[in-house]
Amino acid sequence: MLSKSTHDIAASFSRRGVLAATAGLMLGLASLTGAKAADDTIKVGVLHSLSGTMAISETTLKDTILFLIDEQNKKGGVLGKKLEAVVVDPASNWPLFAEKARELITKDKVAVVFGCWTSVSRKSVLPVFKELNNILFYPVQYEGEESERNVFYTGAAPNQQAIPAVDYLMKEEKVKRWVLAGTDYVYPRTTNKILEAYLKSKGVAQEDIMINYTPFGHSDWQTIVADIKKFGSAGKKTAVVSTINGDANVPFYKELGNQGIKAKDIPVVAFSVGEEELAGIDTKPLVGHLAAWNYFQSIKTKDGSNEKFIKDWQAYTKNPKRVTNDPMEAHVIGFNMWVKAVEKVKSTDPDKVIDALPGIEAPNLTGGVSKMLPNHHITKPVFIGEIKGNGQFDVVWKTPGLVAGDAWSKELDGSKDLIGDWVGKKCGNFNTKTNKCLGSGS
Amino acid sequence: MPAHLSARLRSLLLSLFLIAFALPAFAGPFEDAVAKFANDDFSDTEEAIGAVASSGNPLALPIISALQDGRLMADPDSKKVYVTGADGKSIDAATGQPVTSIPDSASAVRLNNRLRRSVDAAVGGLTLQSPDVGTRLQAAQSVFKSHEETALEAVDGALAKETNRSVKAALGEARAAILLFKSDATEVEKLEAVATLKARGDQEALALLTGMGDQPASVTKAAASAIGSIQSSLAVWSMVQNAWYGLSLGSVLLLAAIGLAITFGVMGVINMAHGEMVMIGAYTTFVVQEVIRTRYPALFDYSLLIAVPLAFLVAGAIGVLIERSIIRFLYGRPLETLLATWGLSLVLQQAVRTMFGPTNREVGNPSWMSGAFELGQITITYNRLWILCFTLAVFAILLAMLRYTALGLEMRAVTQNRRMAASMGIATSRVDALTFGLGSGIAGIAGVALSQIDNVSPNLGQSYIIDSFMVVVFGGVGNLWGTLVGAFTLGIANKFLEPVAGAVLGKIAILVLIILFIQKRPRGLFALKGRAVEA
Repeated sequence: MLSKSTHDIAASFSRRGVLAATAGLMLGLASLTGAKAADDTIKVGVLHSLSGTMAISETTLKDTILFLIDEQNKKGGVLGKKLEAVVVDPASNWPLFAEKARELITKDKVAVVFGCWTSVSRKSVLPVFKELNNILFYPVQYEGEESERNVFYTGAAPNQQAIPAVDYLMKEEKVKRWVLAGTDYVYPRTTNKILEAYLKSKGVAQEDIMINYTPFGHSDWQTIVADIKKFGSAGKKTAVVSTINGDANVPFYKELGNQGIKAKDIPVVAFSVGEEELAGIDTKPLVGHLAAWNYFQSIKTKDGSNEKFIKDWQAYTKNPKRVTNDPMEAHVIGFNMWVKAVEKVKSTDPDKVIDALPGIEAPNLTGGVSKMLPNHHITKPVFIGEIKGNGQFDVVWKTPGLVAGDAWSKELDGSKDLIGDWVGKKCGNFNTKTNKCLGSGS
Repeated sequence: MPAHLSARLRSLLLSLFLIAFALPAFAGPFEDAVAKFANDDFSDTEEAIGAVASSGNPLALPIISALQDGRLMADPDSKKVYVTGADGKSIDAATGQPVTSIPDSASAVRLNNRLRRSVDAAVGGLTLQSPDVGTRLQAAQSVFKSHEETALEAVDGALAKETNRSVKAALGEARAAILLFKSDATEVEKLEAVATLKARGDQEALALLTGMGDQPASVTKAAASAIGSIQSSLAVWSMVQNAWYGLSLGSVLLLAAIGLAITFGVMGVINMAHGEMVMIGAYTTFVVQEVIRTRYPALFDYSLLIAVPLAFLVAGAIGVLIERSIIRFLYGRPLETLLATWGLSLVLQQAVRTMFGPTNREVGNPSWMSGAFELGQITITYNRLWILCFTLAVFAILLAMLRYTALGLEMRAVTQNRRMAASMGIATSRVDALTFGLGSGIAGIAGVALSQIDNVSPNLGQSYIIDSFMVVVFGGVGNLWGTLVGAFTLGIANKFLEPVAGAVLGKIAILVLIILFIQKRPRGLFALKGRAVEA
């Protein structure tokens, strides 16, 4: 018995050995021809999870980049060369993000990478981008407190989403009591710290702020929704600011709807719930709850740019119901900025492109023009939308102009004197009080 | 409810057509107010609501209720405003004249939350004397919520005529809420108001009493004692509420674990793909609902009843297939089984992701599973209640099956002593396949129920697998009753810990408690005794 199985293993090993050798040979040939092909294409890395927990959000962004590359190639590509996407799947596994990023840069020799969703995945790839000196475009709203030379942040910083949303609730809904509910990880915790400091600076007392964290994928919201109801019955107008992320939102909103918490009594403003997330719920009980974003699919533009984008996107995906959302728009802006920067310096060399990007302007999909700032964040308009019965949003408020993204929050003691400036100071965390660059390592 | 509401509105509209014909057409303050709806400006809309509601014009109610339902159309070019009826017929909001068609440039007047509150208050004030009891009750409740002084006269008028007891009580509470905030109300009136609210005794009454601001000393004192008594009764209710939430969480845990109690508990297979069977059940529900939505929309309320047997069959068939093709080669090798089933779970997840896409799928709640009712001071949601009943039913059926059917007997025989059972002429490998299929099928049924409260996404199963193992191990492997008690114990313990420790710490605390418990009693709550254990 034993000898037979060892024999089997040996046989399979030798078989495998032959296979591996053949595969290696073929790979070698492929890379030879690949190297030849690389001369007339520019490779663009796409680093989004296509499996695992985050696939729900990130798959769409992969499709977005493929769509943008397709459109750009129809226009003749960049610098006379076609763009070629290299798609890898980091599988919602944070260390794998770093590995796949390394693979994209060293093996596939990509000129730029579009990718990541969660902050932890971004933090995981940071050292790789620094070490190998490449460019990452990060398209998701995040907690701020970061400005890196190799990263361009096209999503919202807290002052482009969270703070305006709280302002809206204070002014328009006269909210006096606040529930800050979030998933237990770095983005909600930092955002809530910023919001708490901001609310206190506006004279809100500690007992009027309730902070609540739940694990990833939390599905039993009965107690928390009941707590919110109780907290809301103290005779002061109450609102919930939700940084609940991902899958946990659906059961949360279902519970709100079932326990009869209407938006007109206790509105919930969410920072991570967009058209894509609402696609899984019946939104009729949720009408009136709010979301703050820099883009909504329902926004009408005078020049028709959003309408055209939605039409082209639905045609590309061959799905007339496919929705668009905020991180997609961030990729659209980021991609166009990169193309402009490359055309400006006539090279895809990361150093040249990084220096060229600040100051580059690209139209956003809501009728304005966004600009890359020296701190590697961009200017964006902020919209507050109300959920409608059809899963879309109705914009009820917007900032008068574009808001410049702050890399470092002005509300936190540790960061209020810091700025990121990669043009003049060549520093991501320059302290304006002491006139010193804190340098890397933070 | 929307159906009969719209029917009522239609008859209301019809009678208003008749009144409207009798009215002379002239441009007065009412027409000016109505025209403001066309400005698409929230503060103009708010002014218009106030002016129309207080105009006394018979068109006020149809206009405001149309606004509430998104049927008030405004044309920004001509500044004309139209009310569209449920039957597709429309009238000019300013004159009440029927119109044949609405211009294409007209769109529904937009609302925000502040306006929705004003609209509710206005509808409440206008329908206090409606002929329908339900409408009157709703009206009284919305006046209670908005408690605006302007409504006092209407409330008093309605109170004098009201004969229905519950509406009368609601009107009395609305009156109390208004008087409490009315600056020129007498002290006696205010004391009465406090007493009424104290009798109501719920969170809303508490909110009014705590937020009432400066009052005469006697009123403040009475309010403080009322607040105290409401709070202490609410504290008792909150214990009841925690217990209910615990039962409900326990039922979800039990439902997810019950299939595993068979495949792992009875058969001893460490089945990491158990969660994926739950997911397959949920996706079966989605497919059933899709078919019903497109072909037989009238059957939607029965979609879950149709999905239950289908989910059982689909998941059960896949279970049998897995047992025949993979697991039967791995009996007695727990480590290999663990790895193989874990790999299988990834394969199944990715297969579903490729077939249905990575995004969540919408599974609707049938009407009998939406909403909630009040029991004393706690809110019980219908979906949780039904899931609890459903879980207990599944448990009872399973127990009966194992006890009273031939297959159940064979299953018990094979799992207790395989060789003896084989000697007695039982086809053990067939029984193995059926047992695994049964466990998987029940997981599929669980998926139908869980699709009502959770995401239907490829990751659905992953979130339940750890909890399910926890329940089975805690309850005692191989004992269904242990699983039942284990699930409810964990559910209730979790819900009593959560308000104190928070959701994250609560979960950790439960895990620590289980580890300690397993140290003390390695075989769980209800350990099997006798020779079966050694096998």
